[in-house]
Amino acid sequence: MSRAADKPHLSREHALDLLRAMMRIRRFEGECARLYTEQKIRGFLHLYDGEEAIAAGIIPVLEARDRIVATYREHAHALVRGIPMNAVMAEMFGKQEGCSHGRGGSMHLFSSETNFYGGNAIVGGGMPVAVGLALSDHMRGDDVVTACFFGEGAVAEGEFHESLNLAALWSLPVLFICENNLYAMGTALDRSESVTDIHKKPDCYGIDAEVVDGMDVVAVEAAARRAIAKVRETGAPHFLECRTYRFRAHSMFDAQLYRDKSEVEEWREKGPIVRFREWLEDAGMAHGEEIEKIAEEIEGEVAEAVAFAERGSWEPVTELTRFTYADRTA
Amino acid sequence: MADAAAKSTTREITYREAVRAAIRDAMQRDERVFLMGEDVGRYGGCYAVSKGLLEEFGPARIRDTPLSESGFTGAGIGAAMGGMRPIVELMTVNFSLLALDQIMNNAATIRHMSGNQFGVPLVIRMATGAGKQLAAQHSHSLEGWYAHIPGIKVLAPATLADARGMLWSALEDPDPVLIFENVMLYNMSGELPEDAGAVNIDKAAVRREGADISLITYGGSLWKTLEAAETLAGEGLSAEVVDLRTLRPLDDETIMASVRKTRRAVVVDEGWRSGSLAAEVCTRIMEQAFWDLDGPLGRVCSEEVPIPYPHHLEQAAIPQADEVVAMAKALMGRE
Repeated sequence: MSRAADKPHLSREHALDLLRAMMRIRRFEGECARLYTEQKIRGFLHLYDGEEAIAAGIIPVLEARDRIVATYREHAHALVRGIPMNAVMAEMFGKQEGCSHGRGGSMHLFSSETNFYGGNAIVGGGMPVAVGLALSDHMRGDDVVTACFFGEGAVAEGEFHESLNLAALWSLPVLFICENNLYAMGTALDRSESVTDIHKKPDCYGIDAEVVDGMDVVAVEAAARRAIAKVRETGAPHFLECRTYRFRAHSMFDAQLYRDKSEVEEWREKGPIVRFREWLEDAGMAHGEEIEKIAEEIEGEVAEAVAFAERGSWEPVTELTRFTYADRTA
Repeated sequence: MADAAAKSTTREITYREAVRAAIRDAMQRDERVFLMGEDVGRYGGCYAVSKGLLEEFGPARIRDTPLSESGFTGAGIGAAMGGMRPIVELMTVNFSLLALDQIMNNAATIRHMSGNQFGVPLVIRMATGAGKQLAAQHSHSLEGWYAHIPGIKVLAPATLADARGMLWSALEDPDPVLIFENVMLYNMSGELPEDAGAVNIDKAAVRREGADISLITYGGSLWKTLEAAETLAGEGLSAEVVDLRTLRPLDDETIMASVRKTRRAVVVDEGWRSGSLAAEVCTRIMEQAFWDLDGPLGRVCSEEVPIPYPHHLEQAAIPQADEVVAMAKALMGRE
């Protein structure tokens, strides 16, 4: 790993890729919110609105052989990782053409093809699993990094500490990525944590950590390149705290009584997409019409995903108990 | 198995040694297999099951863990999904509750939630049961709770052959398998063929043939139940003893075949009566074999109390052979 490779090379093409990735997440989820009000999508729906720079900045830096463990706010991770939008949307509908055969829904997107290990809806529950995936690679001597995403709410769970301890104790190649959006459901960080500087916590376990502006996709990518290269070189864990903010409610059931509208508005102005787009235009790297063209392409992709999901089929009830155990006759 | 046993030389072995031999076997046969848990390495295992294995296989494969049940059980799940074949040892069933989130929410559900893309071929072993005067936080029998959960399999080896043979079958299973070893069995010894190998984990076993009443049990209670059957035989009652072996999925076929033959049944279970595995077995008999019964079913379960420390109270809390005898006689109208 040369140092040069650790730095993002911000060519025009690459910059537009980053913008496209963020816009694609935003538009997909906007459509999901609309479909939710139409009751096409049910259950819990946790949107990533405002946090797009993290998934877009980190996941493309991973190799195909690397593994990802995500949370229940994982549409962005799944889309950036390359699970087709059609399969993700069909999963939101619960159709069997979905990426989890319709069995998981919004919170449990899985894909063996892209080494995407879910979609875990228990806060912190994916962290020990990520440690175990890395343990399997470590024991075989495979050059694989496991990226483990979690929110700052997970920091209060015992499994956060157990996982960091195990990963450091056994020197396992895990990149822990804390998406610190300041609210665990409706509880502000300073109402639930004695130490709110989350990147200081890994120090207790001898894990190097970095804090990055999670609203700045270029900064996130730069930090991700450093972090992933380091995990690959050393085989040891690393920790990235991405400071971000979620513009929408925790889920579609959340009336957001715990924060002022003005606070949300303030953050929206610093949003990752608007900020990067302005910067690109100011720097002359992109023009308004180019960006509009990207938006149109995304619009088409989202429309096709919705049509795909609508066309999809319901799994027959006769198959209800399948996939509880492996079908050993198959 | 009895036939195979006749052909090979047998050797005196304890249950503890049989489990150890099973682990050693698995480690030798498949390099993906490794053991991890609290005190399994340097200490040699809390119940001395893994003694000597660290020297033989090294610290990477006989992996001591911190006191962090949820963390290392979850790590076992991840390692299994990543292509390894981990055996996770949880010291006792009481401690396993700290890992219940991982067992229930991940191990048991990932195949289903992922639409069959990922399975969790993990084996979790733990000690269960009372009788060592370890008081309430080390003596419970919660395997019936685990048997409630779809997506996992639950085994209870009661014999030396099962202690030796169930592990390999469990490791070959593509789904998570929990093995409950009753603490009172570790010192039990007997003859076992030196080449004893894998056993079927899908079927219950009739451990004693009988005609008058079925005594249905598993794990540590098997031996007390066999003792009860012997006592009943002395009183002219022929009891059949069924060892469930696998608590999930239950082998209805063997249970019903026995009940249809004897037309009466007692279920013996070291779990608490309310919501117990015994309740499940009785209900299944009612559902599937009610018209074959000659009388009501009976249950001998643990008293509804946290297991106490003093020996006499502890023994009074868990099923005993004389209670089984009394229950069987009562059901037969032989007070």
